[in-house]
Amino acid sequence: MSQDQDAVFQLKGSMLAITLLELARYDLARLERQLADKVAQAPKFFDNTPLILALDKLHDASIPVDLQKLIAICRQHGLQTLAVRTDRQDDMTLASELDVPVIATSSASGRALEPSDEASQGEVARPSKVIHRPVRGGQQVYAQGCDLIVIGPVSPGAELLSDGNIHVYGPLRGRALAGIKGDGKARIFCKELNAELVSIAGRYKVAEDLRRSPFWGQGVHISLTGDLLNIHRL
Amino acid sequence: MAKILVITSGKGGVGKTTTSAALGTGLALRGHKTVIVDFDIGLRNLDLVMGCERRVVYDFVNVINGDATLHQALIKDKRLENLYVLAASQTRDKEALTQDGVGRVLDELSQNFEYVICDSPAGIERGAHLAMYYADEAIVVTNPEVSSVRDSDRMLGLLSSKSRRAERGEEPIKEHLLLTRYDPTRVDKGEMLGVDDVEEILAIRLLGVIPESQSVLKASNQGVPVILDEHSDAGQAYSDAVDRLMGKEVPHRFIDAQKKGFLQRLFGGR
Repeated sequence: MSQDQDAVFQLKGSMLAITLLELARYDLARLERQLADKVAQAPKFFDNTPLILALDKLHDASIPVDLQKLIAICRQHGLQTLAVRTDRQDDMTLASELDVPVIATSSASGRALEPSDEASQGEVARPSKVIHRPVRGGQQVYAQGCDLIVIGPVSPGAELLSDGNIHVYGPLRGRALAGIKGDGKARIFCKELNAELVSIAGRYKVAEDLRRSPFWGQGVHISLTGDLLNIHRL
Repeated sequence: MAKILVITSGKGGVGKTTTSAALGTGLALRGHKTVIVDFDIGLRNLDLVMGCERRVVYDFVNVINGDATLHQALIKDKRLENLYVLAASQTRDKEALTQDGVGRVLDELSQNFEYVICDSPAGIERGAHLAMYYADEAIVVTNPEVSSVRDSDRMLGLLSSKSRRAERGEEPIKEHLLLTRYDPTRVDKGEMLGVDDVEEILAIRLLGVIPESQSVLKASNQGVPVILDEHSDAGQAYSDAVDRLMGKEVPHRFIDAQKKGFLQRLFGGR
């Protein structure tokens, strides 16, 4: 056996609690004063604390930030900047000059800590992908992370893919695969079932089976119960 | 600027070249300066159907490569004043066509003609792709049978996604359906798809229905576009199609089977 069978390291994903400093106003004098106050309240906490410096919540996004100075002030008060979170190109360039990693701004990562925000995020539906013209044989349409709506016919040899539901306002003569990431609650709706194949979360029926349905050629919706695809009349 | 029309189908043998010759001639007959370009490099046929095969000196590929000017390569029709043919090369293959080269030639033709008709080769590869890439309108030639309809459908998909208009996000190519080799008697017997079936599957505007006709083969062999045979049903149907292409409302003919009279039945009809 070769020595390389014995791994000298292991890569692991882990969630670490890291302090995030969200800068609301770029005013270095006030920042220094207010930081000093905070440190006075809990000096233990500010002893070599890893920190992520967030610049994406700045009140006025057009003001240039002296990143080096900012990091220096934090270090004076015991905060060790691990990375900078920003969406501004200037900051990113500065950070890379200073050899500080940049974390891309993602709306989810920052807000996840605030429950109120999370709730409101859930209410906002993801927009569906809407296709207004016929989907022809040989064409493939994938609605990633949302529903797929086709207004027009879907030809034989065409393929519709969706992480959610599929609606076809026209005859469905091609293939339709809903819930392809495994969502068993996804459904397929069409005005005329003439499909080559329908599938929900990997369970499928081909035309040969579908033709036996009394609703072949009619408006149907298709859902999944357990392992079974059910075809209901619309 | 000329209007660039592509005559395409996906499937071979459905009547693209016959249609290109007929529509081009029809447009010229109505006084429009028209050129028909054969994109079927290596399998050149258009010159035969147009009856100018003995006058081909330079071809499309020569012009693209700069071996000849357009002026040298364009073949003037003997019958009609404002009709020209740009022949395909017989000795090369489709790889000789380049996107830039085709674009340049079509651009130059556009300056001097009202209509540029691109006779596409079969298939969906390079030749067919370049024939439709610069088009403003497409005439999809389809036979009333399932494989031809499926190939046309595929072609329509490519027209809406792989053309210059699609890539630039401009107004999409205007699509027309031309149903050829149609035999109403066989449709009635259920041996052939009907007009309605094909229209429903392809969901595009019907430009015309050309009946199956002896005159088409005869015309091809003689090198006379069938539209010039005013007595034939196919010639009349093509003539109607040209009128519709120009925006005229013309009722569709030759869609229904004609009842044969007693004498016709007795003597075998047409």
